[in-house]
Amino acid sequence: MTAVAEHRPAPARSLLSADQVGPALAGAVRKLDPRTLLRQPVIFVVWVGSVFSTVLAVADPTLFGWLIAGWLWLTVLFANLAEAIAEGRGKAQAATLRRARTTTVAHLLDGREVPAAGLQPGDTVVVAAGQTIPGDGDVIEGIASVDESAITGESAPVIRESGGDRSAVTGGTTVLSDRIVVTITSKPGETFVDRMIALVEGAARQKTPNEIALNILLSSLTIVFLLAVVTLQPLATYSGAEQPLAVLIALVVCLIPTTIGSLLSAIGIAGMDRLVQRNVLAMSGRAVEAAGDVGTLLLDKTGTITLGNREAVEFLPVGGTGEKEMADAAQLASLADQTPEGRSVVVLAKNEFGLRARSDLPGARFVPFTAQTRMSGVDLPDGRQLRKGAAGAITGWVRSLGGSVPSEVSRTVDAISGSGGTPLALACADGDSARVLGVIHLKDVVKTGMRERFDELRRMGIRTVMITGDNERTARAIAAEAGVDDVLAEATPEDKLALIRREQDGGRLVAMTGDGTNDAPALAQADVGVAMNTGTTAAKEAGNMVDLDSNPTKLIEIIAIGKQLLITRGSLTTFSIANDLAKYFAILPAMFAGAFPALDALNVMRLSSPESAILSAVIFNALIIVALVPLALRGVRYTPASASAMLRRNLLIYGVGGVVLPFVGIKLIDLLVSLLPGIA
Amino acid sequence: MSAAAAGWLQFGVLVAALAVVHRPLGDHMAQVFTTPRHWRVERLVHRTVGVDADTEQRWPTYLRSVLAFSLVGVLLLYALQRVQQWLPLDNGRAAVEPGSAWNTAVSFVTNTNWQGYSGESTMGHLVQMAGLAVQNFLSAAVGIAVAIAVIRGFARTKTDRLGNFWVDLTRAVTRLLLPLSVVGALVMVLGGVVQNLGSGTGASTLAGATQFVPGGPVASQEAIKELGTNGGGFYNANAAHPFEGPTAWVSLFQVFLLLLIPLALPRTFGRMVGDRRQGWAILGVMAGLASASIGLVTWFEARAGGTATQLAGAAMEGKEVRFGEPLSALYAAATTLTSTGSVNSMHDSYTALGGGTVLANMMLGEVAPGGVGSGLYGMLVLAVVAVFVAGLMVGRTPEYLGKRLGRREMTLASLYILTTPALVLIGAAVAMALPAGRDSLLNTGPHGLSEALYAFASAGNNNGSAFAGLSANTPFYNTALGLAMVIGRYLPIVLVLALAGRLAAQGRTAVTAGTFPTHRPLFVGLLSAVVLVVVGLTYFPALSLGPLAEGL
Repeated sequence: MTAVAEHRPAPARSLLSADQVGPALAGAVRKLDPRTLLRQPVIFVVWVGSVFSTVLAVADPTLFGWLIAGWLWLTVLFANLAEAIAEGRGKAQAATLRRARTTTVAHLLDGREVPAAGLQPGDTVVVAAGQTIPGDGDVIEGIASVDESAITGESAPVIRESGGDRSAVTGGTTVLSDRIVVTITSKPGETFVDRMIALVEGAARQKTPNEIALNILLSSLTIVFLLAVVTLQPLATYSGAEQPLAVLIALVVCLIPTTIGSLLSAIGIAGMDRLVQRNVLAMSGRAVEAAGDVGTLLLDKTGTITLGNREAVEFLPVGGTGEKEMADAAQLASLADQTPEGRSVVVLAKNEFGLRARSDLPGARFVPFTAQTRMSGVDLPDGRQLRKGAAGAITGWVRSLGGSVPSEVSRTVDAISGSGGTPLALACADGDSARVLGVIHLKDVVKTGMRERFDELRRMGIRTVMITGDNERTARAIAAEAGVDDVLAEATPEDKLALIRREQDGGRLVAMTGDGTNDAPALAQADVGVAMNTGTTAAKEAGNMVDLDSNPTKLIEIIAIGKQLLITRGSLTTFSIANDLAKYFAILPAMFAGAFPALDALNVMRLSSPESAILSAVIFNALIIVALVPLALRGVRYTPASASAMLRRNLLIYGVGGVVLPFVGIKLIDLLVSLLPGIA
Repeated sequence: MSAAAAGWLQFGVLVAALAVVHRPLGDHMAQVFTTPRHWRVERLVHRTVGVDADTEQRWPTYLRSVLAFSLVGVLLLYALQRVQQWLPLDNGRAAVEPGSAWNTAVSFVTNTNWQGYSGESTMGHLVQMAGLAVQNFLSAAVGIAVAIAVIRGFARTKTDRLGNFWVDLTRAVTRLLLPLSVVGALVMVLGGVVQNLGSGTGASTLAGATQFVPGGPVASQEAIKELGTNGGGFYNANAAHPFEGPTAWVSLFQVFLLLLIPLALPRTFGRMVGDRRQGWAILGVMAGLASASIGLVTWFEARAGGTATQLAGAAMEGKEVRFGEPLSALYAAATTLTSTGSVNSMHDSYTALGGGTVLANMMLGEVAPGGVGSGLYGMLVLAVVAVFVAGLMVGRTPEYLGKRLGRREMTLASLYILTTPALVLIGAAVAMALPAGRDSLLNTGPHGLSEALYAFASAGNNNGSAFAGLSANTPFYNTALGLAMVIGRYLPIVLVLALAGRLAAQGRTAVTAGTFPTHRPLFVGLLSAVVLVVVGLTYFPALSLGPLAEGL
């Protein structure tokens, strides 16, 4: 089995290795610049609060005041740290890529040598064995094996040749053999590797539509809480319980959604990173989000759903031929046939009937397949002639030798076609008599595990459509076997495009993979178009993602990553808001139980003192950010399930959990804080 | 019959009646606002006003129509009050003071019906009937029209048209409010509510003193006052007055009327979006929150401590003996849950936590079930917010009824839920900070704070009920509360119509197993929780200094 349903574990990389801490901390400090923070309104409010509380602490130095100020600064720092760590993980990868890019020299066709960075689209360069391809382009002359491990991590070389669907080459990859002439197609600084560097570094990251919408909601929550606290002071003054400014600042910081506000961009960067780890490059974050929304998945039959080749699965003898006799004849007729189909006949004979392949037959003459005869076979020394091929060709051959063909043959052939298989007739001519021995049933072999994955997709509400050039009947049969929801048979590029438009008009987002130039319009039209890295430049430019492994099944993983990204955001938002309840129960009695002793009833956690209660809430609020960084980077656990099931689970964990956890956490911190002299 | 048994019986009768009526009424409304046929009388109205009734409007036009119509309403009502002494049927009342006239005009046009004045001694019959009662109909009709336009935003795809405001407005009056209020008024006359055009009668009391009792067209105004969730009483004592609410059964009937349309609108919503289950879910949230609140108020009032209250069996101060504690609590909860604001007992006298719950009812944003129309669109905006947060948790771009909730949609929804808390909190804070605000308080301490908080919660959410005790007919309160009413009514309408415009322009996402389901009990629970969390987090600090400080 080839790489089908492989859930390749992400490369073992710890979330945060020791040598990343230093740069991340430095990055976090650099991000304290308020101009940087303006992009994150929630954290900016904390920053302003930190500045204010520091000024207050300087003006009126108390231990409580300094502790509040200190922890507020830590809150901002932790928020920055989350983003810095996420960015840091891509930096090392980017550095490797950058090294490959800067040192390359390009040999132009006219003999001049220029630095790779100076190449313009339309320049023609020559790359010989051992040289690095200086830029993205198309091979216009020659054929070569190319090592693309620099970008794909895959060490097996690939073939690149002029014309056809394997003409695209990527800058930074190395030619191993032969010599090719390449026309450059990318502008300086916009090559594939440049884009990849920007991507893994997070520099090119723009906020995605969902992220922006979420930011708006978080900003408005921040405003609500600012209002609630600012308007509280006049009410408190009237009630004879005027509050120190530091306490009000602490209340605001605890209430505004700092947790999700801090982690939001880290979640986005980490989502991209997860794609990169699976060797998928998304050209925009928007595409990653769209992947989560996909409602229809278009999959090519060959290579995606089925193995590329048909296999013999059954010998169906006719006219009194014995099964074993037929298997023997089939094996002999296929010995010289090096096509996968031919080899599969030999394998079937061996597996089913224990017939070992005879390595050489003295005196036998092998008849190769030609387009004219549409059959192949062998002439044995004993005078027997064995032929196998398309049913029409074989029956014609038998009749031409004076044999008769029983109606059983055509019935068997029809039955196989009807079931989606390909019939291959086998005949034997011995002297003056010729007869059909039987029919070999060749079948498209569905990759293992596909049915389970399609069931999984169906549970997630995603419809799968198989695209194939086969006729409708064959296509339906394979679709039924693989568990695909629908098929597009005898598909032309126009049909594909029309199907995508139809699905989109019906309110479904469409994902597809493609590699050929004729896939380009469909890739561009699809909401998520994943181009194979082996594909043409046109395909790569039309799609919004490139799969470096060129594994079409990966679309399913991409969808999972998109969903996980959104779920992580939603879950942490819910968690962040749910946390506020406990913080109110900590801080409000601390503020007002002095003026209204009845309000001590709200102090359900029985925190030791007002100062300790407020401080504990602030500390919890800061620490929870650090505690959740690993979760933000890894993403919350995602198992494919229906929306209802996922919602129930996540609401329970992050909603109910978000209400309960801070009660416990604040109480524990209070137990420690109350040990401080001057606070308890 | 014990008070508890009576309470359960009244609640049971109410629920049964609403359960029976809301379906046909909801279906009727869906039909009213989707049929292309005009009645002859409606054509006459359209021709008189000069409206092309068969052209639909884009959302900005719809909005401009709402605002222009309301502005004209305010100006006319203001003028009517200022010149009533020269008009017939003035009953000898003088012109209303400018401050009070502005406040009252705004109050009735915004469907708030906050009354800073005393009805029977300030307004003549003409103002009552041609001014206040007319606005009772029209302000309710405006709310319904906007709600229908919002429903169309969800129901339609790829269009920029939301319907025709003038047609919706006319139909809401002719086919819904007028017929229902005629029936309602007749029932109330049968129940003993007065209906005449006399100036009042003198009566000799048992003690031999003479008492003047003003009469008037009470029953006709009472019906639309409840039906349109207006709440402005003919008398200062509102439905606690024996001529407005003579018996327990009439009072219960009034509760039925004020809940009727708001609870039937979810059905209309379900019908118009083509999925009745969606309507059931919204109704479920409204009914669940309302029942919980009614239960809480009743319980707080019944179990109140203190010798006097224990002897009386419940906290009976400020409540009418003919209604009893359960019916008073039911009325208080229903009137604050629906943005009606009429009362059959004095909320100021409620126990701290009972009064706090009534206050919190309004702070919910008047969505459970809220005012006619405004309750539904308010709840739909909250549903949008709930779907957005929770919808992310199913791993898709959040969508409600197949409409994707992106940046613009969330901006509008966020601003919507920001509006009333801002009005209420800023209003209360300013009132407590300024001497002009503090001087009107009857009580000191937390109860005084509750009075001011209540006033702004009532005005900002267009409820109109008053925590008696606050002398609100002052320049400060007339102005500030007037502003709160205007902004609290029209800013949300601007935002929600813009949202409806965005939604109508969208296509519809296909429903799959991956779609966030918005018709299941899980969603009902989620939306209820979001409503409570949004309110709780916003108002917890303020409430802790008012009702909680007093009552815990």
